[in-house]
Amino acid sequence: MSFLDISQVSKSFGGPPVVDHVSLEVPRGEFFSLLGPSGCGKTTLLRMIAGFETPDSGTISIEGEAMNSVPPHQRPTNMVFQSYAIFPHLNLFDNIAYGLRKLRLPKEALRAKVEAMLATVRLEGLGARAADQLSGGQRQRVALARALVREPKILLLDEPLGALDKRLREAMQIELRALQRKVGITFLLVTHDQEEALSLSDRVAVMEGGKILQVASPRELYERPNSRGVADFIGEINFFHATIREIGSEFVTVNAGLLGIIRLPHANLAIGIRSDDHVLLAIRPEHVRFASEGLAGEIAAATFLGDRSHFHVRIAGRSDPVAVSGSAPPAGPVHLVFPPEKLMALPAGD
Amino acid sequence: MRNRALFLYAFAYLAFLYLPVLVLPVFSFNNSEFIAFPLSGFTTRWYAALAGDTAMLHALGNSLKVGLVTALLSTILGLSAAKAVTHYRLKGAGAALGFISLPLFIPDIVLGISLLLLLGAVGLPLSLAAVVLGHMLVCVPFALTVLIARFEGFDRNLEEASADLGEDGWGTFWRVTFPLMLPGIVASLLLTFITSFDEFLVAYFLSGTEATLPIYIWGQLRFPERLPLVLALGALILAASVGLVVLAEYVRNLGVKQPMVGA
Amino acid sequence: MGGTVADRGRSTGAGYSLLAPTLVIMGLALAAPLILMAVTSLKSQSGISFSQGWTLAQYGDVLGRASYRRLFLRSVLISGAVTLATVALAYPIAYFVAFHARRKFIWLVALTIPFWTSYLLRVFAWKIILGFNGVINSGLMRLHLIGQPLEFLLYNPFAVVVALAHAWAAFAILPIYVSLEKIDRSLLEAASDLGDSALRRFLRVTLPLSMPGVIGAAILIFVPTTGDFVTPELVGGPTGTMIANVIEVQFNGVGNWPLGAALSMVSMAMVGVIAGLFVASARAAMKAAR
Repeated sequence: MSFLDISQVSKSFGGPPVVDHVSLEVPRGEFFSLLGPSGCGKTTLLRMIAGFETPDSGTISIEGEAMNSVPPHQRPTNMVFQSYAIFPHLNLFDNIAYGLRKLRLPKEALRAKVEAMLATVRLEGLGARAADQLSGGQRQRVALARALVREPKILLLDEPLGALDKRLREAMQIELRALQRKVGITFLLVTHDQEEALSLSDRVAVMEGGKILQVASPRELYERPNSRGVADFIGEINFFHATIREIGSEFVTVNAGLLGIIRLPHANLAIGIRSDDHVLLAIRPEHVRFASEGLAGEIAAATFLGDRSHFHVRIAGRSDPVAVSGSAPPAGPVHLVFPPEKLMALPAGD
Repeated sequence: MRNRALFLYAFAYLAFLYLPVLVLPVFSFNNSEFIAFPLSGFTTRWYAALAGDTAMLHALGNSLKVGLVTALLSTILGLSAAKAVTHYRLKGAGAALGFISLPLFIPDIVLGISLLLLLGAVGLPLSLAAVVLGHMLVCVPFALTVLIARFEGFDRNLEEASADLGEDGWGTFWRVTFPLMLPGIVASLLLTFITSFDEFLVAYFLSGTEATLPIYIWGQLRFPERLPLVLALGALILAASVGLVVLAEYVRNLGVKQPMVGA
Repeated sequence: MGGTVADRGRSTGAGYSLLAPTLVIMGLALAAPLILMAVTSLKSQSGISFSQGWTLAQYGDVLGRASYRRLFLRSVLISGAVTLATVALAYPIAYFVAFHARRKFIWLVALTIPFWTSYLLRVFAWKIILGFNGVINSGLMRLHLIGQPLEFLLYNPFAVVVALAHAWAAFAILPIYVSLEKIDRSLLEAASDLGDSALRRFLRVTLPLSMPGVIGAAILIFVPTTGDFVTPELVGGPTGTMIANVIEVQFNGVGNWPLGAALSMVSMAMVGVIAGLFVASARAAMKAAR
């Protein structure tokens, strides 16, 4: 039995289901993310784990104990809200101490706990600050400290870094990862930012339309997406329409239109695809190479990004340009090469 | 250029507003029974006379009683309605609010008379309780306006955060909801109290033999020799109201940043 | 997410039960009496009780008598004048506080303090100010600007309008201020950026956007002033009486309650229709002006 067990959970608000028969297992101590566009159900799922929404069907269990009838204030979870929800009428110390009051700890013990947490999130000495005198980054850390000081079994984070500017966000991502490693508890993060999910998590569940598309480590999601939805959402990708001609034990032969007849390694075939199926061949921009021979094209746009450059290349017979990432092509007419071992065959349906 | 004209207008307008108000203190210290210029010297005898005016003091007591009860009841009703409308998506909420606010758009005399008819039909006597009922009609819309504005500015996440951190319903209410609502509640109490205290038209029809202060004043206005006393009373009411509002402001700012480290 | 969308799953039953007490009490205190008044207006008084049976005699009286019709007309005109004066005078000050005042709170407090005196005394104070020996007259005479006291100041509709415009000023200032305060300042900057002078910007952006507040204030002032009998009685004199005075007399002592009820119903209907027409035409005008 997993630490956090979500089994066939569904929820709707009077229309189509927002969360549709979702099942997930999260082991103890993992940094797990729910990733998806707005409206995909990830926040609703998080709120159901926290107890603010009740599933219409299915069960949520933590350490084997079913949580369905447990109200939020009795669950072993704590949440960092997107808006941080810092109590404006309390100062920093009292905000963090809020959830400890019920424990009726002796004054010194309480103070020690709070001060320790202040140090952990690097806010020492600011206990007396009023809530409205904190910066965005500080508020985020107060929200974290407030939740962690209660030593929950699972920390839930609802898009915690969305309100921060890019630099701060990146710094906070590193801190968050380090914090999770240090504290050792299960973190469950909800975000629409795939870079964030990939850089922080041990595993990610990609959601769309209330369903889970794929659950895997960041590397696997990037290199072996199982569907168009996942491939499209994670990083940038090029799609080509193709049909399966023959599936062998080691190789798969594909009729790839503009790219000709190609033989891919069997491993690059997504599960469930059969002969004659219409598929999408997907390849990441950094795997498309400029060469002296290959598919002829014309550079439509070029963006300098510091460590590499990004190009949009128009080729005949295709309306969308091909995205290519890497160093600049040699001078002269442009040709593109698509190494077969980097092409993934995904189901063409939605 | 436009700013200056506007600025001058602002002060002229203020003068227009304060002119009648200043009449009260000026002539309440005037040593003459006649309310006219020229002034006849300074005196406090009218204020002294007020202290011995038992009828006035009785009416004042009535107004205070009615005002306090009205303020409390209106605020409580306003609170529950405001919470209902802002926290839940209720069908017909707009219509309900419109209905509750209807008294604002009905002349007070009609409100007073219709309640008079109701009491007569049901067989209840005219009394201060009837006045409270009438005043509630007028005050609940005000309370609602203040409290809805307060609730709408309230971050729902705060209550969820409190629950997430271990507080049950009551705990969340006392530790988060109530302290944050307090300024709104105080504002509502103040507004409804002042409205009720000063209200004449409805009270006139419903109070029966017990007079509220405005009714007492109305009765005095036809006696020229009582006028300076009445003006003295008005000046005192003004001073008390101003003091009350200053106090409320002070208390409001006091409650916001109070650290509760030992709580 | 989080905020208002959080109410999705909450049982609305709790919501309705919170709303119910207020709605029920207000309903009983408001609807029942008004219905009763409508009923009473259809009866006639005989001695100290109402006669059996229904009759439209009261309405016949109210609508038939020229003196009543004159009073209705005068009441509407006076209230209309009051509304116009109050709103027109209040708009500039509301504008000033919203856009040019630095300590807005202090201004708002200063503007509302005068209304914390007894309403009766404020009206009475105007009597003192406008009277034959009043503040204005004695002041002007002392300054030798006039030889005889001015007689047109008091005991006429003019005095009623002045007193009411003063009494209801706060009800104009606050709604107009709120709607001006809400205007997104970047809209004004955009208008300037697109070439509007200050005046054009005011007419094309500020004024239209503040209209809801202005209309709200107008209704808030027009309707109740038609029902005021205090001001006409104190400063109106014989030419300044309004319909409310006649209504009040019916309920004083042994008056004619059904007649009073009928007068009230007609008064409410008339005021309601006028207010409704006003709001509708204001909305139409705003649409046309686009």
